[in-house]
Amino acid sequence: MKITVDMAKCEDHGQCAIAAPVAFRMNDDGKLEHDGEVDDAYLDEVEEAADVCPVQAILIGA
Amino acid sequence: MSTGHVVVVGGSLGGLRAAEQLRAAGHDGPVTVVGEEPWLPYNRPPLSKEVLADPGDHDPARLHAGIAFRRRASVEDVEFRVGRRVVSADLARRALALDDGTALTYDGLVVATGLRARRLAVPGPTEGRHVVRTLDDACALRAAIADASQVVVVGAGFVGCETAASLHTLGLPVTVVHPEAVAFEPALGREVGAAIQRHLEAAGITFVSGVGVAAYAGVGAVAGVLLDDGRTLEASLVVEAVGSACNTEWLEGNGLDLSDGVLTDNDLRVVGAQRVVAVGDVSRFPNPLFGPDLGARPRRVEHWSMPTDTAKRAAATLVADLAGTPGPDTPFAPTPSFWSDLLDLRLQAYGSPALGSELRLEEGDLARLGDGAVVTYHHDGALVGVLAVNIPPARLRALRDRFAAPVAVH
Repeated sequence: MKITVDMAKCEDHGQCAIAAPVAFRMNDDGKLEHDGEVDDAYLDEVEEAADVCPVQAILIGA
Repeated sequence: MSTGHVVVVGGSLGGLRAAEQLRAAGHDGPVTVVGEEPWLPYNRPPLSKEVLADPGDHDPARLHAGIAFRRRASVEDVEFRVGRRVVSADLARRALALDDGTALTYDGLVVATGLRARRLAVPGPTEGRHVVRTLDDACALRAAIADASQVVVVGAGFVGCETAASLHTLGLPVTVVHPEAVAFEPALGREVGAAIQRHLEAAGITFVSGVGVAAYAGVGAVAGVLLDDGRTLEASLVVEAVGSACNTEWLEGNGLDLSDGVLTDNDLRVVGAQRVVAVGDVSRFPNPLFGPDLGARPRRVEHWSMPTDTAKRAAATLVADLAGTPGPDTPFAPTPSFWSDLLDLRLQAYGSPALGSELRLEEGDLARLGDGAVVTYHHDGALVGVLAVNIPPARLRALRDRFAAPVAVH
């Protein structure tokens, strides 16, 4: 599946990296890094990451 | 699997997540969501932060577009009846009465009506007094900012302090009045609350602690706040952030325990009802995360993470009950989580610091919160909460994961 993060909205809360480490990581500068494409087998985790994003910046499958 | 018609009462985060999770749990029958506000579900935390940051634009539709939740494709066929309130429920007949005089019947019911802002019941003018709970509240406050010269915020919890910080950032003189000894005292304890208050004071926000509001002064509109110690504070704009009340009146008359939200079991089934579950900050449920003693006491949790967590479990429970199959067989033990942005401080908490009877500073210096601090909260020797202030997000997972595996309470 495709993952898009609206970087204008993202505030680097890091909740997505807790929910779906397979797709989202916080780097040493505290900034989000993510993969644009993740295996569909991880849909549940990635949906949870989108749900828990405080600023709702994560878009799945667009 | 068709399991009849499910009605979700409440059209905010809990209502939306309930609809999505009903689909995820296999419910393919009709779902109707009834929401009192005229808006499709939107994210509330920005109302006291980002939404107040740019007061120039107060067109509610444009503001709504910026904070509306995306809805999963699975709920495309869910009917959202917005601007409609359920006024009463007859749970024995599975019937709801709406404020337009119509009735709705259901096979399964989700209670997701959440909370409303409390208002102070004191004498004086009502114009110039605001709350921050709904989008319309925030729009009204934004519209009032342009003419404000002196702001008084009543209440020093999260909504009060975030609003104070946002208005201070806009250049307005802000005074926070509250009855506790320090800000955040009930939520985070006295030492941490005092440290955050000092930080906000150093930035220029004034706090008047340990006093209540006796009345508002002014003719037609608020011009001042009369305190119960006899002082008067000048104010052209007042924000009341004095907590909330549960929207459960519509459930009265059904023999439920509505003494504080809606009492449910650990699977979010409403106690005393059939095929009814409750989600979000209105549901009062036992959480074994907090051990056999504290965890067995049903509690409401007003943190933002709760509607999503409870909706997932409640939907699985309701779908199983409607189908007559066994529900989830593991204890429901969600880790509450909340955050707050206060000027240059980012607070991130896991668990329930408010349950702590003892606090340990694990890292940092409370006098220099901006440089980062970690505080843990304990009760009877067990960890019940973690608070991180300005800690790099890469470390948060390790902090959250320190909660022990829960013990079953069934």
